[in-house]
Amino acid sequence: MTGESPRHPPGLTPRDEADDLYQHAPCGYLTTDADGRILSANATLARWLGRTTDELASMTFVELLTPGGRIYHETHFAPSLRMHGEVREIAVELRRSDAGRLPALVNATLDRHADGSVRAVRIAVFDATERRSYERELLLAKERAEASEERAQTLARTLQETLIPPIPPHVPGLEVAAVYRPAGDGTEVGGDFYDVFSLGQDDWMVVLGDVRGKGPEAAVVTALVRYTLRALAVTTRRPCLLLEQVNETLLQHSSDRFCTAVLVRLRRREDGWRAEIGVAGHPAPLLLRVDDRTRQLDLLGPLLGVLDDVAYTDREIFLGAGDTLVLYTDGITEASGPLGFFGDERLLRVVDAGRSSSPREVVDNLLGEVLDFQRGVARDDIAVLALGVPGGH
Amino acid sequence: MSAVSRHAVSVSGRPEAPPMLFVHGFGCDQHMWRYVAPAFEASHRVVLMDLMGAGGSDLSGYDEQRYSTLEGYADDITQVVRDLDLRDAVLVGHSVSAMLVAMTQLAEPERVSALVMVAPSPRYVDEPGYTGGFAEDDIDELLDSLASNYLGWSSAMAPAIMGNADWPELGAELTESFCRMDPEVARRFANATFRSDHREMLPRVEAPTLVLQCSNDVIAPVAVGEYVAEQLPAGSLVMLEATGHCPNLSAPDATTQAITTFVSSLDTVTT
Repeated sequence: MTGESPRHPPGLTPRDEADDLYQHAPCGYLTTDADGRILSANATLARWLGRTTDELASMTFVELLTPGGRIYHETHFAPSLRMHGEVREIAVELRRSDAGRLPALVNATLDRHADGSVRAVRIAVFDATERRSYERELLLAKERAEASEERAQTLARTLQETLIPPIPPHVPGLEVAAVYRPAGDGTEVGGDFYDVFSLGQDDWMVVLGDVRGKGPEAAVVTALVRYTLRALAVTTRRPCLLLEQVNETLLQHSSDRFCTAVLVRLRRREDGWRAEIGVAGHPAPLLLRVDDRTRQLDLLGPLLGVLDDVAYTDREIFLGAGDTLVLYTDGITEASGPLGFFGDERLLRVVDAGRSSSPREVVDNLLGEVLDFQRGVARDDIAVLALGVPGGH
Repeated sequence: MSAVSRHAVSVSGRPEAPPMLFVHGFGCDQHMWRYVAPAFEASHRVVLMDLMGAGGSDLSGYDEQRYSTLEGYADDITQVVRDLDLRDAVLVGHSVSAMLVAMTQLAEPERVSALVMVAPSPRYVDEPGYTGGFAEDDIDELLDSLASNYLGWSSAMAPAIMGNADWPELGAELTESFCRMDPEVARRFANATFRSDHREMLPRVEAPTLVLQCSNDVIAPVAVGEYVAEQLPAGSLVMLEATGHCPNLSAPDATTQAITTFVSSLDTVTT
């Protein structure tokens, strides 16, 4: 074996071998002139298309394409071929004489004269029947994946909407304003929640909580806490006792997630509202008085779902005309931006500046400040609820 | 961001001369004009642009709604004409852009004085009494064909060319983006293009218009070119001995010659 001259199969001269390879290669060959008129085609292609090589030589390449394929040819294939001198792996369907289609991948090169004018276009055609059906399956799978992602997001949104009442109910004699902003782009179910429900005539329960983590598992705990509270509150009304029972419920539940919450029971009096407040591992509410500086209530209590035998204490205050109570989650104070954490001091400052504003304004202003602080992107869920007694301004 | 940078506008030729704006069609980008436009640099201010999604255009300006019909594309051309403060301009549109430049002419009749339509078609799909050359099904087939050919398109290959003025020499990085378009963008553009109907617009386009027709064009057949020239109040038809839909590539000399003759005749009229 010298390696210098190509070898060829026994019984074939080199010329025969070249001719045989052209005619019976495992791909189709076509040569056209500059205008696409077929000058020659090999036997393989003729066989695939159910035509003779002579028939093919009286046709143009474009005639072999489907009408849609012709548009693709004129708008992409031909310009690319002119510009680059070659095109590769173009997917086309070639028309067979029996009106069937041959899915094919096509490579083409441009053969130029010395002066740059086109001498011939050489085209190799590969049968892509299997590949094309596989590609169709891929396309379908992609479409299915997109549809299922869309469904999952819709489900997450729907879940979230059931977990967070977007608009608190109307409470006669009390102005209630709330805002909820999920972290990031809001596509994932977050852990913050709030609830406002009636216990009887002029008797209300307000809940604001934060389940650690996010996603479906956090949503399960959120739902558990919310509906446990609603059920228990039918008979148990003191926040401290409710928190103890929720703690028990969470300890018995298989989830190892914990939760913080603040509960406010509100009973209407002639000149305002009596509020009993219990806190479990949650930032204590802020109290805005018409005639005093804003301060955070002095209230502590252990997390829910961590320790056995915990006890909570309630604190009772009176909300008179013009007073506002602000409940919030740590998405506010732990918001971080280029200036560090938002923090308690900044929170007090921002809220205090709006002491004579309505609850709605307090809530909106606070959200605006926190979002600005984070350059518009909330890194954690944010929930704020303000309860204000009308008058007094 | 201005329309000029959004559409990778390049300007060459004589700054004080009357402007010519060349707009490519569906499929490729402004390099479609590389064998034609340079011939006008000695006599004109030559402006090239990429339609949204093509070549070096800035896809961050893409809006699904805006580009679901051809109005959005035509409005982009109008914006470029305004931003460059073009006056007395000749707009040259290839393929679908023949209709787009006509829409711009109607929007800015003071700025656009004449049109050249290369291989135009106001309606690709057949209807009773009109032969566009295609059936509705054929357009679906084209969309399929786009989908299979874009399987190999990856987001990493998004158009990356920026303001290379080394024209007409095409660098490798420039040719990479030629005829490449985000699959969704291409699909929407194809749908808007091949399902459009601009037959009613033609009689309102009063500017002198040259219609360049190839003798053998499968996308815009001769009968369609004749129809366009007839419907235009000031349309004149020139047949090119060329096969295919892109005489700007396959017969650049004849294309250049026909446009030169047309713009010279305009000069004679106006001076």
